[in-house]
Amino acid sequence: MRIPPKITQAMAVILLGAATLFTVIVLVLIIAFVLKRGVPEISWEFLSTKPKEMGKAGGILPTVIGTVLLPLLAILIALPMGVGTAVYLSEYTRENRITKIIRFGTDCLAGIPSIIFGLFGYIFFVTMLGMGWSMLSGGLTLAIMILPTIIRTSEEAIRAVPQAYREVSCSLAATNWETVYKVVLPNALPGIMTGVMLGIGRSIGETAAVIFTAGSSLMMPNSLNDSVRTMSVHFYLLAREGISNEKAYATAAVLVFAVLFVNLTAYWMMNRFIAKRSR
Amino acid sequence: MQDSPNTPVHPKRPARRRVAGAFVTWCSDHLARYVFLAVAFSATASLLLIALFILKEGVPFIVKIGFKDFLFASEWDPSAGKFGIYPMIIASLWVTLGAMLIGAPLGVAGAIFLTQFVPRSVMRIIKPMIELLAGIPSVLYGFMGVMVLAPFIRNHLGGPGLSLLAGSIILGIMVLPTVISISVDTINAVPRTYLEGALALGATRWQSVHMVILKAARSGIIASIILAMGRAVGETMAVIMVVGNAVKIPHSALDSVRTLTANIALEMGYATGLHRQALFATGVVLFVVVMILNSLAMAAMKRKTGS
Repeated sequence: MRIPPKITQAMAVILLGAATLFTVIVLVLIIAFVLKRGVPEISWEFLSTKPKEMGKAGGILPTVIGTVLLPLLAILIALPMGVGTAVYLSEYTRENRITKIIRFGTDCLAGIPSIIFGLFGYIFFVTMLGMGWSMLSGGLTLAIMILPTIIRTSEEAIRAVPQAYREVSCSLAATNWETVYKVVLPNALPGIMTGVMLGIGRSIGETAAVIFTAGSSLMMPNSLNDSVRTMSVHFYLLAREGISNEKAYATAAVLVFAVLFVNLTAYWMMNRFIAKRSR
Repeated sequence: MQDSPNTPVHPKRPARRRVAGAFVTWCSDHLARYVFLAVAFSATASLLLIALFILKEGVPFIVKIGFKDFLFASEWDPSAGKFGIYPMIIASLWVTLGAMLIGAPLGVAGAIFLTQFVPRSVMRIIKPMIELLAGIPSVLYGFMGVMVLAPFIRNHLGGPGLSLLAGSIILGIMVLPTVISISVDTINAVPRTYLEGALALGATRWQSVHMVILKAARSGIIASIILAMGRAVGETMAVIMVVGNAVKIPHSALDSVRTLTANIALEMGYATGLHRQALFATGVVLFVVVMILNSLAMAAMKRKTGS
């Protein structure tokens, strides 16, 4: 028997709608659950004091500092490489074999699991180059990890700069390089910043790659050679080793706020960029 | 686009300085080209470096132990010199398949619904929201698995709670943003005339969607699912927290298992010598699997853009 099209239509809408609703509800519930348990535990004292007894009591100040410094370091390293790649791909060459290799490498790098980055960072930066568990090792590893994100967003941003700008610049006798740094990059900056924020967001949430390269010291970092612990790593250790559920929830809530703040900023920048371009 | 040499750019400057200035400009322009070219290989070079070091640490071990005794032996006891990762391969396989059984239908359904059956304004709110949630750290999903999902499974279905099923569900939820986001983009890229043509022939909206739009967007949707599989195979911290980590071949979905990624992360902290090499060899297996999945996804994407 053939089911009438009107009924299949209604069934499809109901089923698809239910699936979508389920998805959205589950994802929202996870955030809501963490915030409900964690927010009451957050206080100024929690954010501004050092942890005691491996995090069982006290605050999370060193991990907040680690969470700020490590992604910043990663961005400082990844940004020049990522934007440079994007500039080369969009301003200096046509699609050819070299760009194919570059794009293939970038796409593959984007799909590598973070634990592999952790293994690599451990054997290369920590052991072979003798950097030890340090902010430098962690920053370099994270930089490689977020490089594909930076390259992609930067290239999109650079390609979105109207061709006419370049033509005007060249007609004023500017060289290719002058056009890039005086015209193209300033105009692509908001778009590039979106990539930066996304990269920072990913670095903040990362655990596997960080724990094997930056270590998990709870001391305040004094130099690039010191081991640091980020909030994600701290949260993982609190939860996994059952040190303290209250502190874990509180750390998780701070983490959620940090990631949401960074990603929302990225979206806001992107939308502003798109709005400006389409005007 | 260069100026002709006869045009005085700065007529008031003496000729010699003008030439010197032009030379510096010329140099910086050419230097920049080569600097950019070199920098452009940074990602590819990193990829090669990663592959090189993982393989360098892992492959000699596999050769030494023997391909068969590493991949297909089921005893993992590093202190006794037994390094069989078969149970973990099976566990990774089942956890990933389970995650796809949950994540793929929900994700694709969500993408279809958001693109076809809700007003654009609603999609403009929900899609970014889902993508924002993709940024939630994976350890948080794992924690939810421990606090909410595992007790639920233990109380209602039996078993230890921390299990293959819990891992599959958590991973299934975690890959949803990937599947939805990429599927929405591919479905949106299908020319609007396809839909209009189908509707004009008297098809209902659902008929046009599943007979025309989904056919046209098939490659992209498949790519999104394969990419999500890559994510699921490679996910580590969330999985460690919820699967229980017992090294054995699972007999039911409620058994505790250990995945390849969990094996690396759990033992990396204290492993030395042969044991550490074994973990890198586990990394090699993971690396190869993920690269195959990525290549498949890229091939599927290419077919989409090619047609």
